[in-house]
Amino acid sequence: MFHSLGEMLVLFGRALRALPLSWRHRRKIFEQLFEIGNASLLMACVLSLFIGAVLALQTGPILAERGLASYIGRMVGISMCKELAPVMMSILIAGRIGSAMAAEIGSMAVYQEIDALRTMNIDPVHYLVLPRVAAISLALPVLVIFAILTGWVGGAVVSSLNPDIGVSFKAFFNDLRSIVGFQEIVNGLAKSFVFAVIIGVVSCHQGFQTMGGPRGIGRSVTKAVVNSIVLILILDYYLTRFLMYFES
Amino acid sequence: MNSPAPGGVRVEVRGLRRSYEGQAVLQGLDFEVEAGEIFVVMGPSGSGKTVLLKHLIGLERPDAGEIRIGGRSIDTPDFMEQCRLAMVFQSGALLNSLTVAENVGLYLTEHRLKPPGEIAEIVRGKLAQVGLEGQENRYPAELSGGMKKRVAIARALVIEPQLMLYDEPTSELDPQMAVVIGEEICNLNRRIGVTSIVVSHDRDMAFGIADRIAVMHEGQIRTMGTPAEVRGCRDPLIADFLSASFKNIRKESAL
Repeated sequence: MFHSLGEMLVLFGRALRALPLSWRHRRKIFEQLFEIGNASLLMACVLSLFIGAVLALQTGPILAERGLASYIGRMVGISMCKELAPVMMSILIAGRIGSAMAAEIGSMAVYQEIDALRTMNIDPVHYLVLPRVAAISLALPVLVIFAILTGWVGGAVVSSLNPDIGVSFKAFFNDLRSIVGFQEIVNGLAKSFVFAVIIGVVSCHQGFQTMGGPRGIGRSVTKAVVNSIVLILILDYYLTRFLMYFES
Repeated sequence: MNSPAPGGVRVEVRGLRRSYEGQAVLQGLDFEVEAGEIFVVMGPSGSGKTVLLKHLIGLERPDAGEIRIGGRSIDTPDFMEQCRLAMVFQSGALLNSLTVAENVGLYLTEHRLKPPGEIAEIVRGKLAQVGLEGQENRYPAELSGGMKKRVAIARALVIEPQLMLYDEPTSELDPQMAVVIGEEICNLNRRIGVTSIVVSHDRDMAFGIADRIAVMHEGQIRTMGTPAEVRGCRDPLIADFLSASFKNIRKESAL
């Protein structure tokens, strides 16, 4: 496990060093961006709409019982932007995009396409890893912004339509605005940026490690998704602790 | 890279050894290939031929020994920038997400050696050289095995190599296409003077195109020489390998 972590750190370092070459690879970055956006935007919005709705549905009546229904806006607002949107979108992207990255690079490794790149003196990290990690690091925070907004809308709709909560749309957003500021949103976006780098590096690393034909590709895809999610959830705790210092 | 290839390069291999998980795959190989020569490496499956090619192009590193190409060790840091090598893989190893033209022009595009218009012109020319005019916009999945091999050769030609390595160039091809590929290897050698090292099981092709042949067995070179010398070799293992045929199978099974 530590060996793999070390290899991933080396891969991340090499991708970081190649960052000044991003402009040269802009076409590939845009292709990846389009792929990520196209595959995930609608699903991200639908998912977070319902996450926000469920959050309001579960917590709203409890708050209302204690006469705190007017606090539903801050409750949904802060949960969505600091925790649920970044983590849920990262898990979604690990499943949809991380798996695709691992499968594509894994298939290239199995069918000697990566060896062919090396024989042409083309660095696979520049050609394959840089565009993917750059694109996912740009795309995930944008998806998280959409997720936060639709999550809020979902929460507001349920709060206003559910008679057990009975908080109007306007009251919901007034309460939300009183507590959710620029810093809270940046907090969520910073998390999603780190998670995006994790998904990109873990998935590309698993792709490069692929051996042994279609079964090997399948194994790599599973490992890429599982390892990404585990790392995201573990790191989420430490990132939250770290970001709390800035808030205080 | 902008200047035309100045012919082939001399290849020297000294004491090359490589083991995988304790199993010796290359056991001290020593040989030279002269500039502009077509050198064919034959041998049964698992004898280490492809591993040898991967060492020659720098995809694998030996446990011991040295490879010198054009008088320079391949371990020299900027070796790949100074010496132009190309390899045609057994499967072709074309990038499936790119079109034929993008595959062939990949080296020039990624190293930004020419403007796009000029690259398109070069790609057309190289595809014409291997008889694939008009196939620029097709994807590898739409090509036959022989066409993929020829696209791989065109992609290698774009590098204007001084050393070309071919891994089983005629495998999975029908006899007529195998002859076309064999002719293409000879034509390239004549036209640009490239040194060619070919790994193959195909005895007909080997004896048809080689200046010299080496036969490997269990990670060692069992014999090496001109086609006539190898054919006349008295080593029973070599004789068995070169004379293996289906001719007597039915008679023997009837008995």
